[in-house]
Amino acid sequence: MIDFEIPEKIKNELNLTQMVAAQVMRPKSRYYDEHEHELPQEYIQFMWPVLKEQNKRKMEKLRSNGQNGARPEKSGPSTSLLRLIMLIEMLSWGDAGQYLSTPDPALGGAAVEAVGTPEQQFRFLSRFADGEPKWGAMAMTEPGAGSDTSAIRTTAHLDPDTNEWVLNGEKIFCTSGSLALEQSQGFVVVWATIDPEAGRGGMKPFVVEAGTPGVSIAKREHKMGIRASDTAAIVFNDARIPYDNILGSADVQRPDGTTKGFKGAMKTFDASRPAVAASAMGIARAALEYTQERLKEEGISLDYTKPKFELTAVERDLLEMEARYKSAWLLTLRAVGMMSHGHSNRLEASMCKARAGEAVTWITQKAVELLGPLGYSRELLVEKWMRDAKINDIYEGTKQINTLIVARSLLGYSRRELK
Amino acid sequence: MLDFTLDAEQQMLADTIGRFSQERMRKVFRDADEAEELPADVVREGWEIGLLPTSLPEKYGGFGEHSAVTGAVAVEEFAWGDLAGTLAIMAPSTVAIPVMLCGTEAQKETYLPLFTDMEMPAVTAALTEPRVQYDPRHLATTATRQNGHYVLEGTKTMVPLAGVSETFLVYAAEDGNTQAFFVPAGTEGLQITGREKLMGVRALPTFGLKLEKVTVPAENKLGGETGINFDLILNHSRVALGAAAVGLARAGFEYAREYAKNRRQFGEPIAHRQSIAFMLANMAIDVDAARLMVWETAWLMDKGQDVTREATVMKHFIDDMVLNVADRAVQTLGGYGYIREYPVELWLRNARGFATFDGLALV
Repeated sequence: MIDFEIPEKIKNELNLTQMVAAQVMRPKSRYYDEHEHELPQEYIQFMWPVLKEQNKRKMEKLRSNGQNGARPEKSGPSTSLLRLIMLIEMLSWGDAGQYLSTPDPALGGAAVEAVGTPEQQFRFLSRFADGEPKWGAMAMTEPGAGSDTSAIRTTAHLDPDTNEWVLNGEKIFCTSGSLALEQSQGFVVVWATIDPEAGRGGMKPFVVEAGTPGVSIAKREHKMGIRASDTAAIVFNDARIPYDNILGSADVQRPDGTTKGFKGAMKTFDASRPAVAASAMGIARAALEYTQERLKEEGISLDYTKPKFELTAVERDLLEMEARYKSAWLLTLRAVGMMSHGHSNRLEASMCKARAGEAVTWITQKAVELLGPLGYSRELLVEKWMRDAKINDIYEGTKQINTLIVARSLLGYSRRELK
Repeated sequence: MLDFTLDAEQQMLADTIGRFSQERMRKVFRDADEAEELPADVVREGWEIGLLPTSLPEKYGGFGEHSAVTGAVAVEEFAWGDLAGTLAIMAPSTVAIPVMLCGTEAQKETYLPLFTDMEMPAVTAALTEPRVQYDPRHLATTATRQNGHYVLEGTKTMVPLAGVSETFLVYAAEDGNTQAFFVPAGTEGLQITGREKLMGVRALPTFGLKLEKVTVPAENKLGGETGINFDLILNHSRVALGAAAVGLARAGFEYAREYAKNRRQFGEPIAHRQSIAFMLANMAIDVDAARLMVWETAWLMDKGQDVTREATVMKHFIDDMVLNVADRAVQTLGGYGYIREYPVELWLRNARGFATFDGLALV
């Protein structure tokens, strides 16, 4: 039955999250934007104890499930993704760069949870249940492999003598890569090929832990926005990891087939794309609300009962901003809702990501314009939001890649038919 | 908890109307547009599906509970078939829903049972006015109270089925507020000024009205002394028309997609090219986003919330969306898109109308 209701429990949690966003993140927003590569300690120290407790409970559950055998089947829709998406939206409303520095397993954790065995989940995720803050990350992109993930050149070669994988190659644009490997006892899920001839069938995710010899952070990028977020280049030079650090099976499927491991990890996109869309919409809401409030102080506000011919150009821009915001947000909620009910949402996840990235880009650019010299000034956060926003149009699949996925899906075309 | 699936009843309704649209409306809509006349039997069959009776309370002879969400689901399916037909079938809703929302008990008892008949009631509403700066909240048509009566003065346009209507619900400004009045056909001073020639929905007979000192008893004012909550009525209309726009746009998208997969140029289907495929992808995303906005507005409305803001934002999105999607459909077909043997040019003409269609259907 068609329902737009957000469960009360999530709403309550959001109220608390909003306090964090407004009182912990916002006051430090400008500082960490101007001090790139400095850790947003206030936010991290606030979040870590909370997340640690949550992870502890999660680990206990995993342990008891492990003893009982299979996971208990829950009836009804799952609210966990919706909860996550709503929190991400709110934290990004606070500050998208700091949100990306949240000490959690992030995309790396998602891959471990999606494909890892219970033993692997324990081994890699229990570190998030105690001690100092830690980070997880995912490393896919390479200098020669951006949207085209099949072009990945990083190799994983099995040394039969030691039963270890030996990794060689370079990864770039890895969110929280340095936090995970250098600044905490975290891990990175690294995509590498075990058979360069096999294309996607040979690509496997490997867990590389902090402290692994042969792994080094080559560079931390300087970016247009989300400067509080660490973006690392990682070099693997004969980096040796245990055989059991591969996620999923080590079988290679040919010629164009995919193994369960690849599919499983790709499935994380079904959740991560709505997550990026949610982050985008958090920034969009921040910019939209601020623009509305600021213009209201100047006596400019949108009267929703006025006919079009009575609206000024600025009022019409406000209406358009709101329409683009709402449409992208609802597409995001739909992708989440479908997944929560156990439906496939590959198409819808790409739809919302494509549209949210575009919407937040346009909305924040418009906000800078509408606020005139103030919008352009670094005294306010609006220009920062515009810089932060743009990444959402790019990472987790550019708008173009997501549009391509949507188009192929709607047309029933393969990669070969629609390039 | 979030859910975007139809319940069993809605699904059944959608399937029924979808079949009717496919098998009946799609067969006649081009000829109807050319002839500027809707086949009466198709309109009657559409009425007999019974969307309106199922949304009226049992107390007045209906057999259901009103749900704007269900209404939106149904209207999308009708409009996928043909917009002119949809607006004809929905014409009674422009009287029934305002009565249900704002009518006095006596008005509900008088009028609502009309809408539960198998016969389509001969009623229509007159809201739109023929001027550039037309604002439904600030009408030029006036209603003045005089000796227990109201005197209506003004002109109306785009009044569907006026030629055969026995009762008109005429909107007019009383002290600057939009109110509605029942005017029986044949009332002195009420003149039907003739069949209008429109860019689109040409099969739908619409008429102009002239009201010169049209006098009706005070009890003919909808909602009695209190009058109506016009925003509420307008919001119900915007949900209905939003849903219709989604249906039309979906038709355009689906047609363009099939065409692009079959049309071969340079040795392969044109859909193999990103310039075409991306256009189609964006059309589909627009249609889905629009539907979600309509559903959300309807859902909030069903919960009893004032959705004036949501409905305005939604309408703004929808009016652009439907025009753009229909235009892209024509573009996908290239030269053939411009030829009247294909449906897309008709959909483009119809799509432009949504910017002016306020009040032509309600759910």
